[in-house]
Amino acid sequence: MIQFRNVSKVYNKGIQALTNINLTIEKGEFIFLVGPSGAGKSTFIKLLLKEEEPTQGSIIVDDVDITKLPRRKVPHLRRNISVVFQDFRLLPNKTVYENVAFAMEVIEAPSKEIRRQVPMILGMVGLSDKAKQYPNELSGGERQRVSIARSIVNNPSILIADEPTGNLDPETAWEIMKVLRQINRRGTTLVMATHAKDIVDTMQQRVVALEKGRIVRDEHRGAYGYED
Amino acid sequence: MKIRTMGYMIKQSLISIWRNRGMSIASITSVMASLTILGVIITIVLNVNNISEMAKMQFDTIQVFLVDELDNEQINKLGQDIGEINGVRFIDYETKKEALERMKEQWGDKAYLLEVLEENTLPNSYIIHLENIEIADNVVQSLNDMEGIEEIKYHKEILETMMGIANFVRTVGLVLIVILILITMFIIANTIKITLNSRRQEINIMKYVGATNWFIRWPFLMEGIILGLMGSIISLGIVYFGYEYTFNLINSQFNMVMNVRVISVNEMMNRTLPIFIVLGTGVGALGSILSLRKYLRV
Repeated sequence: MIQFRNVSKVYNKGIQALTNINLTIEKGEFIFLVGPSGAGKSTFIKLLLKEEEPTQGSIIVDDVDITKLPRRKVPHLRRNISVVFQDFRLLPNKTVYENVAFAMEVIEAPSKEIRRQVPMILGMVGLSDKAKQYPNELSGGERQRVSIARSIVNNPSILIADEPTGNLDPETAWEIMKVLRQINRRGTTLVMATHAKDIVDTMQQRVVALEKGRIVRDEHRGAYGYED
Repeated sequence: MKIRTMGYMIKQSLISIWRNRGMSIASITSVMASLTILGVIITIVLNVNNISEMAKMQFDTIQVFLVDELDNEQINKLGQDIGEINGVRFIDYETKKEALERMKEQWGDKAYLLEVLEENTLPNSYIIHLENIEIADNVVQSLNDMEGIEEIKYHKEILETMMGIANFVRTVGLVLIVILILITMFIIANTIKITLNSRRQEINIMKYVGATNWFIRWPFLMEGIILGLMGSIISLGIVYFGYEYTFNLINSQFNMVMNVRVISVNEMMNRTLPIFIVLGTGVGALGSILSLRKYLRV
């Protein structure tokens, strides 16, 4: 469960990024975070990942107030809250398998578990036959699936997707959405920031709209609501 | 830390060292140069210390050469007078015959050169053992007033010069070393900075998937340590062979004249090895920490 309580964020330069955000996301929910550029979506995600600290308020993740979490415990927070980016961020000199295994290696998972878990996750995102290929040999959609595989291989309870379909054509975008939906059905909470109107409209999930740092709309089975 | 993790980190460090060969070589060379110069300074300082210690033991005496014409009674009387001077511990009498024997002993296998002397021209002498070397001047002053003395020989000035040289070498050496070590540290810091930049993406991903800060830092720290260690091992080799060569040279040429032993190669290595290893790894580690603090916000 994620809870924002009266959260405000003012950057050093005096820019008011978020104002008095109150939001509860239940475990296993799927929410879209929508709003024009500069509305505060990125700041929202950064606060959740503890890349930035809120100026005011508290953020509770699984009963822990992460604003009070000491810096050295941040790595453990990030094992529970994983993130997928628009630009994939794969390591070009590692194969698909190695890219996914990397996420387990750096948290010192036992190699036996790595050998069991990585093929399973690759199967889940439909990339079993691409395991030995390098990122530059893959299509955009495939790359994003590798990135998703990497982000869920350590079984996080929350997955944040920051415009995961932003670089993809509509058809491929839908492939990605299928994968994300499947992950969400397994019980992972999914927060997805997006500009993809037709995806939001079709998926019929909870939609939280931000504008100028405030929540202006929060509806279940909502629609995108902007004309782009 | 798990053994597998350590293996992973060492591997990462070695890969980086190989990828930035140029900077790695520059770092190693820098460590090597600094430590080699340190080695030269250490060998000089230790030897000068050693010599002055030995000299102190040998030279806390004043030798008074007597006029040749004195008879036994006069010699005894003089001996008594000298014994009563303040600061004199005890005195030894050395006849001209004994003096020649001692000289032969000192010259060792070149003593045959002394055989050509037809007559022993060495004087009789008193060897005055002092309570401490600092009062030598006072004693000499008292001796100056006495009759029957031809020459007074003492080593205060030699000792003082030697201590002066030792101090000078120590001070200059220390300053030089500090400067060199600082330069070395910055070169290593720069090398690590390049590695950090070339692996920025990887570090970024590691952060997002929850690698601990130390897990991210270790390979860079290890890279610095490995560079430092390589430099110190090479410089140890240089110092070892350089010192061995000089040692043999000095021993064959000067030993019999100076009657002073140079510190042996093994002993010198026993003393420098730990210093080198500690300094090499220390400089490497500090260099990388410098870079990590500045460029790696985890």
